[in-house]
Amino acid sequence: MMPAMAMFLASRLVHLSAVDVVIVAFYFVLVLGIGFYLRGHAQTGEDFFMAGREMTAWVAGLSFLSANLGALELMGWAAAAYQYGMLAVHWYWIGAIPAMLFLAIVMMPFYYISKTHSVPGYLKLRFGEASRTLSSVSFAFMTVLMSGINMYSMALVMKVVLGWDIHFSIWVSSLTVAIYVALGGLRSAIFNEVLQFILIWAGALLIPILGLIDAGGWTNLKLRIAQNASAEYTHAWATLGSFNGNPMGIHWTGIVFGLGFVLAFGYWTTDFLVVQRVLAAKDLRAAKMAPIIGAAFKLMVPFIVILPGLLALAVLPTKLIGEAAAVASGGHSYNEVLPLMLARYCGPGLLGLGVTALIAGFMSGMAGNVSAFTTVWTYDIYRALINQDASDHHYVNMGRWCTVLGVLISVGTAYLVMSFASIMDYVQALFSFFIAPLFGTVLLGMLWKRATPAGGFWGLLAGTVSSIAMWAWVKADPAALRYVALSPNARDMAENMYRGLWSWMVCVLVTVVVSYMTKPKPDSELHGLVYGVTAIPHEGDVELYKRPAFWAAVVAIVFVVLNILVW
Amino acid sequence: MREISIWFFIGISLLVNGILITAAGVWEIFHPPANPVVLFSLHANVWWGAALLLFGLIYCIRFAPGRQP
Repeated sequence: MMPAMAMFLASRLVHLSAVDVVIVAFYFVLVLGIGFYLRGHAQTGEDFFMAGREMTAWVAGLSFLSANLGALELMGWAAAAYQYGMLAVHWYWIGAIPAMLFLAIVMMPFYYISKTHSVPGYLKLRFGEASRTLSSVSFAFMTVLMSGINMYSMALVMKVVLGWDIHFSIWVSSLTVAIYVALGGLRSAIFNEVLQFILIWAGALLIPILGLIDAGGWTNLKLRIAQNASAEYTHAWATLGSFNGNPMGIHWTGIVFGLGFVLAFGYWTTDFLVVQRVLAAKDLRAAKMAPIIGAAFKLMVPFIVILPGLLALAVLPTKLIGEAAAVASGGHSYNEVLPLMLARYCGPGLLGLGVTALIAGFMSGMAGNVSAFTTVWTYDIYRALINQDASDHHYVNMGRWCTVLGVLISVGTAYLVMSFASIMDYVQALFSFFIAPLFGTVLLGMLWKRATPAGGFWGLLAGTVSSIAMWAWVKADPAALRYVALSPNARDMAENMYRGLWSWMVCVLVTVVVSYMTKPKPDSELHGLVYGVTAIPHEGDVELYKRPAFWAAVVAIVFVVLNILVW
Repeated sequence: MREISIWFFIGISLLVNGILITAAGVWEIFHPPANPVVLFSLHANVWWGAALLLFGLIYCIRFAPGRQP
């Protein structure tokens, strides 16, 4: 046992000192303290599930982004930057910014004016109970499964980076999240997400700063990357003219239409995990500003995620390799690039803060999953299908217990994945089945008053089924990739994008055809839900700099300039 | 019951982390480690910790429960 333990300890990437452990421990004390403090502020359903709808634009905006900024996202995209170079930046810019601005300016008024508590709740108002049930059941089921997979992946990271026992990581982090969300509800999740957002930046920002000093500045960094890898690694668009011209095996049409349009819009505008944070805003202006603030920070996230991956290409003395090769040879894999850079520059104290940033990122993602699951389960499944006439107090208690239950199911999923690793691939694919068609349904619901309840339901169902069918087709016959992803050389990411694009088109087509065959709702039932029959409150004669549209334009201009700079 | 601002909690977090990181950095100046990190000569933990401490202090004072408008 002892030699095995010694080998295990020696193989960890970083060693924490006493001050690092104190910093990590203080983080856990603080998040639990916030949960206990906010317990008294979560007594009604509106408080517990919607944070009282009194969040400012800044709090809602940072929480909106933080719920997405998980530790696996940080480490995974730093690894992708090392592996694929600047191409990875597309998942932060074109894969997010246009969609976030569209949510703010076009879709937010309908979500907010309808006073819905969830995305499935909007579908109920617009298309009826069948559409709500389909989307809420699939969302609730997949959310807790994804949460479990993330939990297991993070515990694995903690084992590799810190040498922590997997069971210890799973139970300590999940119970902490369960306690603070069960006590304070969405308000507690949002407060902690904002704290976690600040800690992520405080812990991770030093790596690119010191890395750029180490590399000798941006110009020298590009020269060294060209020497160590290829000059193409520093371009985001120049290599996307053909499927074979870049390591991702993707064409610019896949990035623009598959990622930038369907998948990004699907995720950022209809995934309740992120939309819930904006629904908690105190008024319509705050609700519109929140995604814009999130987008502004999203523009900067590559500085702490993509840049460390690129810096590693220039400054690390050893070349990182794929996971399988690393396991076989005992070397370091791409996935370890962020902890390696952390260990390279951060001494005692800073290392603790960096590790806290990783833990915070993981917990913010998990709290997002759990709080969204709790709301959808309680309002869209339990209240809609099981118990319609209970008191508000009853639903709050259901929400608290559901939080604990959701965490326990996630833990169960984590252990399931530990035993059957292939489950992870299946569940991640399953999650992607629902995103693109849901965007088609919500978009038509908001912008086209002729869309009928039957059209919405059958479009959503057809889009989801077509996505599953395409995935199964490629699984059964890999040669089908040339049809689904337009190229036999397409990698998994490219396949996901094109599958999303086709399933969205199927959803839209079926919705339109069925809608023309069925009777539409009268205008009187569409007020507050659809463009053209909803009076959008005017912002009044406020100064230009207070208008969401102005800030959306500023973010859009910076987005274009940044893309040109790394073309 | 008036709610304590989230920014106060963030101030507390930055302040405590700043104190701990700065202290660790100062300790390292007088007791240099056997295997220093790259760019150790910049003493990043001293100035980064001091920056966190300063921001934390400002947020704690600005958003202290009794001082909120």
